[in-house]
Amino acid sequence: MADFDLGTGRDEVQLRFRDDEQADVAAVTVDSFLDQVDADAVRIEPGDDARDLLPHLARLRLVEVNFPSHTDGRGYSAARLLREHGYNGELRAVGDVLVDQLRYLRRCGFDAFAPDRPLDEADAAAALERFAHVYQATTDKAVPIWSLRHG
Amino acid sequence: MYRYDQYDQAMVDARVEEFRDQARRRLEGKLTEDQFKPLRLQNGLYLQLHAYMLRVAIPYGTLSGAQMHMLADIADKYDRGYGHFTTRQNIQYNWIKLEEAADLLADLATVEMHAIQTSGNCIRNISSDHYAGAAADEVVDPRPYAELLRQWSSFHPEFAALPRKFKIAVIASEKDRAAMRLHDIGIRIVKTAEGTLGAAFYVGGGMGRTPMVAPLIREFVPLDRMVTYAEACLRVYNRHGRRDNKYKARIKILVHEMGAEEYARQVEEEFAHLLAQGVEPPAAELDRIRSFFQPPEFAVGLPEEADRADPDFALWLDTNTHAHKVPGYVSATISLKPVGGIPGDATAEQMHLMADLARDYSFDECRVTHAQNIVLPHVEIGKLYDLWQKLEAAGLGTANLDTVGDIIACPGLDYCSLANARSIPVAQKISRRFAETGKGAALGELKLKISGCINACGHHHAGHIGILGVDRKGVENYQLLLGGSEAEDVSLGKITGPGFNEAGIVDAVETVADLYLARRQEGERFLDTYRRLGMDAFKEALYG
Repeated sequence: MADFDLGTGRDEVQLRFRDDEQADVAAVTVDSFLDQVDADAVRIEPGDDARDLLPHLARLRLVEVNFPSHTDGRGYSAARLLREHGYNGELRAVGDVLVDQLRYLRRCGFDAFAPDRPLDEADAAAALERFAHVYQATTDKAVPIWSLRHG
Repeated sequence: MYRYDQYDQAMVDARVEEFRDQARRRLEGKLTEDQFKPLRLQNGLYLQLHAYMLRVAIPYGTLSGAQMHMLADIADKYDRGYGHFTTRQNIQYNWIKLEEAADLLADLATVEMHAIQTSGNCIRNISSDHYAGAAADEVVDPRPYAELLRQWSSFHPEFAALPRKFKIAVIASEKDRAAMRLHDIGIRIVKTAEGTLGAAFYVGGGMGRTPMVAPLIREFVPLDRMVTYAEACLRVYNRHGRRDNKYKARIKILVHEMGAEEYARQVEEEFAHLLAQGVEPPAAELDRIRSFFQPPEFAVGLPEEADRADPDFALWLDTNTHAHKVPGYVSATISLKPVGGIPGDATAEQMHLMADLARDYSFDECRVTHAQNIVLPHVEIGKLYDLWQKLEAAGLGTANLDTVGDIIACPGLDYCSLANARSIPVAQKISRRFAETGKGAALGELKLKISGCINACGHHHAGHIGILGVDRKGVENYQLLLGGSEAEDVSLGKITGPGFNEAGIVDAVETVADLYLARRQEGERFLDTYRRLGMDAFKEALYG
């Protein structure tokens, strides 16, 4: 069985892969966040530039990345950018989040999921466990195949 | 040839099970068709006019005999006894049932093949020079670099929902046999004066409704940074490519609107950042991959001339073979363009034969070309006559490589739900016309390409002669284009003027061919004569 909780998160969060307490904060738009020096939670829409947040990562506790449609993949790059620049707080995928996107979202650094429609938990667990290996190095801890090959 | 290790096999096997599960959830109604569509597309499964079509990846067009046998078995078991080789060196089957697709993928996996990312808005199968490893003019075999990129792009988590599909080609010679600059990323492996290899990146080419030739974005990327640079190219596209309009979503539009210089600048910035992220496989991995592409054990002291006593054989020899880097060998092209046939189609029986011939004559290796033919890359010149006789007997000995009979055509309205017009019957009629008049041989190199709609799967922009099928008030109409080329002298064809009906387009092709025959100068190909004379001369002949 997977080492994560299914369906035990608070509010709308269905899957969470963090040990810390879920932040009880409301995410604001990127524009509002940049205007409010004490804001600590932000929601990125597909058209936002995640780079605008880079100078402010230290005060962020929660970043939500909205997927209005599962076919719009800008949020994957936004997530990796934030992680690559050192963001360690909760990175939550919200919106049209589906079972078959979970694995890639995890690989790009998402550690919480708040899908519009609840996911079938058995299907979600199976999707996350199906592939034992990965070909790429990303911001998750998975060891790429090329590294396994060459020690 | 590259062989899977336990990891590659595990990835492909897991994918088969993933797809089996997705198909089950679709059939159980847990997935809507909208949710299922991108999933099935990334497993190569399209919904066509009559049935599902499944596209199988043939990485850089290279196949073993066993793999070709499996493609034949699949044609028999899951389709109607044939398959269609495509302009991106893949094969597709037109009559697949959703319920059987996972079994088909499982069969493929037994010979280290798959259909991963052969469609959908992701990085597609990576194509290459079909003479790779054999061509006398290459600086190095480009396939190890294509394989490195294949692994990097397979299941890439960041780039599975791009604005649009993404095609990469890798070549390693000045001559371009892979339409490199008409790809989203075209890579040419180059060698400096000091002998150091690197990769030139051309980004933002493509055909479709807005054809563009890719500009050079970086002249030299060191080989140990190639994956990182590609990742930077993709990230800039994924973040900034247009998503408001499907027809403006390819990277060519981004590069065009942003400007090549600005795009290059943003890629450099991302590249500098990613270099610190450890995304590049180690040099040892490239060495490991290269070890699979060592040249086979070529014999020495072989005859360098074939017996030309049989004139039909001599014609095939002159037309369908290509210079090899090793004396005594050539690369031989098996034409899948018999007179009046369907370009790129092969029956299961023919595939089995080609697999056997690959084993017996070409170190168990064959290639699919972007022109929809099959190449046996390493054939002894002294054995060519035997080989040709076996091909002839199976209807595979047509001597028409790069001539007017060697037509590239998309499946068109006979199969495709996107098409506006049929491509196949037009190809068949043109092929027959030039065979009957005997002009085909006199015309020499003349690349003719037909697309049944503006999406340009038949590469009509890149044909010396191109034909584009359109729907004109409910009637199929064909526009004629002249002057395109997908080779190192890359150019985009121009429309001659008003279109023609089906009979008219065949006549029109003959008219421009006749003008060439009448006006050509010594050594000129059709394309050269067109470039010298200009469009007006051809318009005059067509429309008076």
